[in-house]
Amino acid sequence: MTRARQWMLTALAGFLGFAAVALCVVYAMSFRGAGHGVAAVAPIGGPFTLTDDTGATVTEKTLAGKAYAMYFGYTFCPDVCPTTLFDLSRWIKKLGPDADKLNYVFVTVDPARDTVQSMHAYLSSFDKHIRGYTGTPAEIAQIAKEYRVYYKKVPTDDGGYTMDHSAILYLMGPDNKFVTIIAYQEADVSAIAKLKNLAALTPTS
Amino acid sequence: MRTFSKLAFAAFLVGFAGPALAQTASSTSITIEQPWSRATPNGAKTGAVYMTIDNKSGTADKLTGASSDVADKLQIHEMKVENGVMQMREISGGLPIPAHGSVMLKPGSYHVMLIGLNKPLTAGESFPLKLTFAKAGTISVTVPVQTMGATQDKGNMGGMGNSNSSGGMGHMEMK
Repeated sequence: MTRARQWMLTALAGFLGFAAVALCVVYAMSFRGAGHGVAAVAPIGGPFTLTDDTGATVTEKTLAGKAYAMYFGYTFCPDVCPTTLFDLSRWIKKLGPDADKLNYVFVTVDPARDTVQSMHAYLSSFDKHIRGYTGTPAEIAQIAKEYRVYYKKVPTDDGGYTMDHSAILYLMGPDNKFVTIIAYQEADVSAIAKLKNLAALTPTS
Repeated sequence: MRTFSKLAFAAFLVGFAGPALAQTASSTSITIEQPWSRATPNGAKTGAVYMTIDNKSGTADKLTGASSDVADKLQIHEMKVENGVMQMREISGGLPIPAHGSVMLKPGSYHVMLIGLNKPLTAGESFPLKLTFAKAGTISVTVPVQTMGATQDKGNMGGMGNSNSSGGMGHMEMK
C-alpha cells in the first residue's frame, strides 16, 4: 500500500515536472512567434524617447524596419567605449554593402556630461553609420531598464566620477526584438558573422 | 648567491636591451618599458597611458601619482570587465610594484587615466609624462600615441621603431 502510494507520488511528480518543462517550451516558442513581451522570457528592448546627436527626437520606431546594433557607454570612458566603437567601425567596413542594412547606435549612460554636441563630435571619429543617443536622466534610465543595462556612477576622490556600465553590444531585429549580443573583446570573425546574420533580418525594400 | 647572479645577469640583459625601448632614470631601480597611449576620439576628455613598470630592486615600491601637460588631472585606475559590466576604480594609496617584479598597465586592466585632456591625442605624436614612485621618486618618460584601435602588441609594432619583441621577453624573464 505505502509502496504503491510512493510510486504514484513519484509518477505524479515526474508528470508535473514534464508538464512544466513542456509548458515552458511551448510558451517560449509562442513568445518567439507572437511577440507580446512578457517578463517570463526576459525580453530585452522596449519603447524609448531620446535625442540623437543631430538634435532630432528618436524612438524605437525610428529604428524599426532595420535590424540594429546598440551599445551603451559614455564619452569620458578611456578604454572600453572607444575600443568598442573603433571595433564596430572596422566591422562595419568589413560588412561592405550589408553595412547599410543595419542601424548602429551608441547610447550614453552619462547624460549629464554627454550632450548632443559632445556626442556628435565624439562620433565623428568613428564610422559615419554610428549615431549617438542621449536624453534626460529619466529617459536614459528608462532605456537602460528595458535593455537590461547596468550602469552606476562611481565617485572618484577628486570629486569627479566614472561610470560602471554593461559593455555589451546588443543586436536587435527590425521588429525591435532582441537577437543576440557581441561580448566585450569578441573575436572579429564571430562579431562580423553575427552582424551579417543580423543584416539578413532586415527586409529588402 | 646563485639567485643573485641570475638576477644580475637578467638585469644586465635588460640593461643592454633597455636603451632602445625603455626610458629610464638610471639612478633608480624602477624602469618604465614601452609606455604608450591611444589616439582619442574628437572632443574626448579622457585618455589612458599604458606601460610596463619593472622593479629590479629588492624593495617593493608604489606608483603614487603622475602628471603631464596634456591633461588637467592624472589618476591611476584599475579597469575590469566582470559579467559584461565594465568597472573602473581609482587606485587610492598607489599601485604596488613588487620587489624583483613588474606590473603591466594595459587595456582592460591598470592604466594611468588622463582626465581633462587639453587637446585630442593624435596617433604619431608623443607627450611627456612624469611618474611618481614612493621610493624611486619621479621618472620622466615620453609616451608615443598609437592609433585608436591599438592593443599592446600592435601598438609596439607601430610607433616605436627601435623596440622589438625581445625587449618584452626580457621583461617576462625578469618576472
